[in-house]
Amino acid sequence: MVERIPILKIGETLLVTIQVDFHDRVALALQEDLTDKIVTHSSKGVLIDISSLEMVDSFMGRVLGNIAKTSRLLDCHTVLVGMQPAIAITMTELGISLQGISTALTAEDGMELLKALMSKKQKRVSHGRQIARK
Amino acid sequence: MARENLEFGDGVLLQHCALQTEDDLVLARAAIKLHSTDLGFSKLNQTKIVTAASELGRNVLEHGLGGHLKIDAIDQFGRKGLRLIFEDNGPGILDMELALTDGYTSKKGLGLGLTGSKRLMDEFSIESQPGEGTTVMVIKWT
Repeated sequence: MVERIPILKIGETLLVTIQVDFHDRVALALQEDLTDKIVTHSSKGVLIDISSLEMVDSFMGRVLGNIAKTSRLLDCHTVLVGMQPAIAITMTELGISLQGISTALTAEDGMELLKALMSKKQKRVSHGRQIARK
Repeated sequence: MARENLEFGDGVLLQHCALQTEDDLVLARAAIKLHSTDLGFSKLNQTKIVTAASELGRNVLEHGLGGHLKIDAIDQFGRKGLRLIFEDNGPGILDMELALTDGYTSKKGLGLGLTGSKRLMDEFSIESQPGEGTTVMVIKWT
């Protein structure tokens, strides 16, 4: 049984690929590990690939939502990629909305989206500096 | 307490799973996935069944203090289905109406367990005696 999900650091982003079904404790550990790594590496983006995941139930939905909310508080964006269409339909019927979490169909699109989200923020910061200088 | 829902007849027992730990829940999900594939369910229906089972199995662990799951294949006048019966010996459900309300949660989760799995499956029945436990039966037709 899987005990921990690996988190890879690539530049300013963290990459998580969920490959197999796992129990609730692992999901909660992932949430904690990710929060720690965001702070340690000052990461600006998290990409979570769920293309191999067979299902997202309400517990998993809550964990994913919490990861997105927590990372946002730590100045970091989360993008969920690779959701299977069957999971999207099932989640909607179950009643999970995952509000506030950005999604992309592929990992590539997800990285583009993260870059866009991150650069939008940098522009804001430099704009703020200009105002401060004036 | 009537522990069998005989409305849909006797099924062919495919598997009996203990539900005592989180690991059991992972194994139960894998077993259900396997049996629903064998019965020829579409990818979408497999996902719905496994997701509903995960919700109900978690209820057994969290509220029912553990229990077990019976997976069987049923055949009603040529209509084939997969039936899951979750049983626990926990405290039971005191307020059934409240438990079947969308968004009501007593612990972790989003409060979609019972109502959500009811939407995902074709048949749903629940029986509970305070102090004796809860039995939930769900069916998905192929």
